[in-house]
Amino acid sequence: MDNRFFVDGKHLSPSALEKKHRLETDPASRTDHMEYMDGMEQINSDIMEKVLSEMDNYDHSRYTAKDVNAALEHETCTIEDFKALLSPAAQPFLEQMAQRARQTTSKHFGNTVYLFTPLYIANYCENYCVYCGFNCYNNINRMKLDMAQIEREMQIIQRSGMEEILILTGESRSQSNIEYIGEACKLARKYFRMVGLEIYPVNVDEYKYLHKCGADYVTVFQETYNSDRYSELHLLGHKRVYPYRFDAQERAILGGMRGVAFSALLGLSDFRKDALASALHVYFLQRKYPHAEMSLSCPRLRPIINNDKINPLDVHETQLCQIICAYRIFLPFVGITVSSRESESFRNGIVKIAATKVSAGVSTGIGDHESKYNGKESDGTEGDEQFEINDARPLDVMYKDIAAEGLQPVLNDYIYM
Amino acid sequence: MEDKLILGGHEFGSRFILGSGKYSLNLIEAAVRDAGAEIITLAVRRANTKEQENILDYIPKGVTLLPNTSGARTAQEAIRIARLAREIGCGDFVKIEIMRDTKYLLPDNNETIKATGILANEGFVVLPYMYPDLYAARDLVNAGAAAVMPLAAPIGSNKGLATRDFIQILVDEIDLPVIVDAGIGRPSQACEAMEMGAAAIMANTALATAGDLPMMAAAFKNAVEAGRKAYLSGLGRVLTRGASASDPLTGFLRD
Repeated sequence: MDNRFFVDGKHLSPSALEKKHRLETDPASRTDHMEYMDGMEQINSDIMEKVLSEMDNYDHSRYTAKDVNAALEHETCTIEDFKALLSPAAQPFLEQMAQRARQTTSKHFGNTVYLFTPLYIANYCENYCVYCGFNCYNNINRMKLDMAQIEREMQIIQRSGMEEILILTGESRSQSNIEYIGEACKLARKYFRMVGLEIYPVNVDEYKYLHKCGADYVTVFQETYNSDRYSELHLLGHKRVYPYRFDAQERAILGGMRGVAFSALLGLSDFRKDALASALHVYFLQRKYPHAEMSLSCPRLRPIINNDKINPLDVHETQLCQIICAYRIFLPFVGITVSSRESESFRNGIVKIAATKVSAGVSTGIGDHESKYNGKESDGTEGDEQFEINDARPLDVMYKDIAAEGLQPVLNDYIYM
Repeated sequence: MEDKLILGGHEFGSRFILGSGKYSLNLIEAAVRDAGAEIITLAVRRANTKEQENILDYIPKGVTLLPNTSGARTAQEAIRIARLAREIGCGDFVKIEIMRDTKYLLPDNNETIKATGILANEGFVVLPYMYPDLYAARDLVNAGAAAVMPLAAPIGSNKGLATRDFIQILVDEIDLPVIVDAGIGRPSQACEAMEMGAAAIMANTALATAGDLPMMAAAFKNAVEAGRKAYLSGLGRVLTRGASASDPLTGFLRD
């Protein structure tokens, strides 16, 4: 494996360093990533098998311009059509795909674009995911907000006008346990109309509890659907268990959540296969749970603290646009979120084609909304960021920019049941 | 005699109901004006907001609000949303929308009938969005609906009267106003539905996706009025096959 991800912090003890190096170089030192750990619930589901068999059989070099043309002519986009639209053969058809995607988006969503902001409440993490700024070996300022600090952050965000919030933590059950997250959800319900969660995957009864606390949307990124590659990138911790993560959305639906969001982190593996698997994960789950709302994100790799070499490799803006257009044509009804990892110009362009949700006023650090967006001087007590964002527009600017594109920004379209 | 649309005892001069969810707030006023609409729908889940731009502020005075229950997956949820609409000052009208499928957004008739009965009892003027099924329509009548709102085609599809024959059955058999909702993509399709005897037309996407929304609103206004007049005037006979013989075939019969 390429080692652009590996960085040894000076803070690590000799024994920690030794363990880190062993995990990086010796596959035999790692646990079986397909084996469930204690306490992880197994549900009876055939979705993973369906998705993986389609992905494994996908050879995107086989598709030609003829297949792409046919796909664009069909009224209903089949799985085969979708594979053609994701293939390299479709790249010359990008403008036609964008036209079709735009039409489809406007039929289903009109000209509305939803806005939200993420709130990171803790960055402790027990996993070693080599590309992530929060990984347990990375030397960063760790922090966990207490309830008073969380409330303060929420008040600042609420004052900006935001009505939807996505609560995030690093993946540490011991530092950020379910009760801690549940209490944060209860607080969020006081200030926001819609509360989403992006935390470590949990069991059905825990999702049920978090739903009762006020959360109604669960986002879990599979990062890469290629299980071998997954095992090379997620070397330690609960996150190493691939199937438990895969079934998280289904457990969240079973726990009563209204909606779930999916994604691969593009650039970790063959991005066309990962895009196929992400969309099919949605497709098959929607057939099984037709009442559930579903959305897709499409993040690309970004630089992290202590490693500025990380980048999305062969997924340039053109490829990203192709993926998003293909998602829209194949899944006309799903929400598509484009995060602040992307540039202002890309986000302004993609909301006119296919994206239905963008973030604004973003920080991926802990407890720093006031210093980042209200001009307060940093007092050095904040926790470090998960990754570098690209588009730092605050809500009011984002709102105006979207309206200037002839679109209607919407801050809330939701009632908690 | 004036030709009025009567819903739950309220009279309306316009037979075009405007949806508001898919286009920019600053176009609402123009759309209402140019469509001549007297009723405008709005999603409670979007109105229930602290947004700097509240959709309610954009709706001209004198226009009747028709809050809808979109987002509801069960009768119980629709009932809660309807009550909330009343609390936030949206009046007594409610359009029931209950969907348990996020892909096609087709209405669930069974749940809709349940919600209609309960809300009609609470004094709401209930306008249920439904799949055009005769039995369900009769149940909605018995449950106290003020009209039925069958879909012409899947919502947002702009496909026109895909359920034409079934809507005709409702028009023929149901004594309440039949308001054709969802799927109407062109003024000509709205006109055709009105010629068939629909009491009113509701549209949103057709306007939202038009190049010039206010102009399309005006086109719908004219189409709905034309169709209504054609219906009231009694359409002439249209021969579907061949011509009729000038000498009757049965002329030889003597008694």
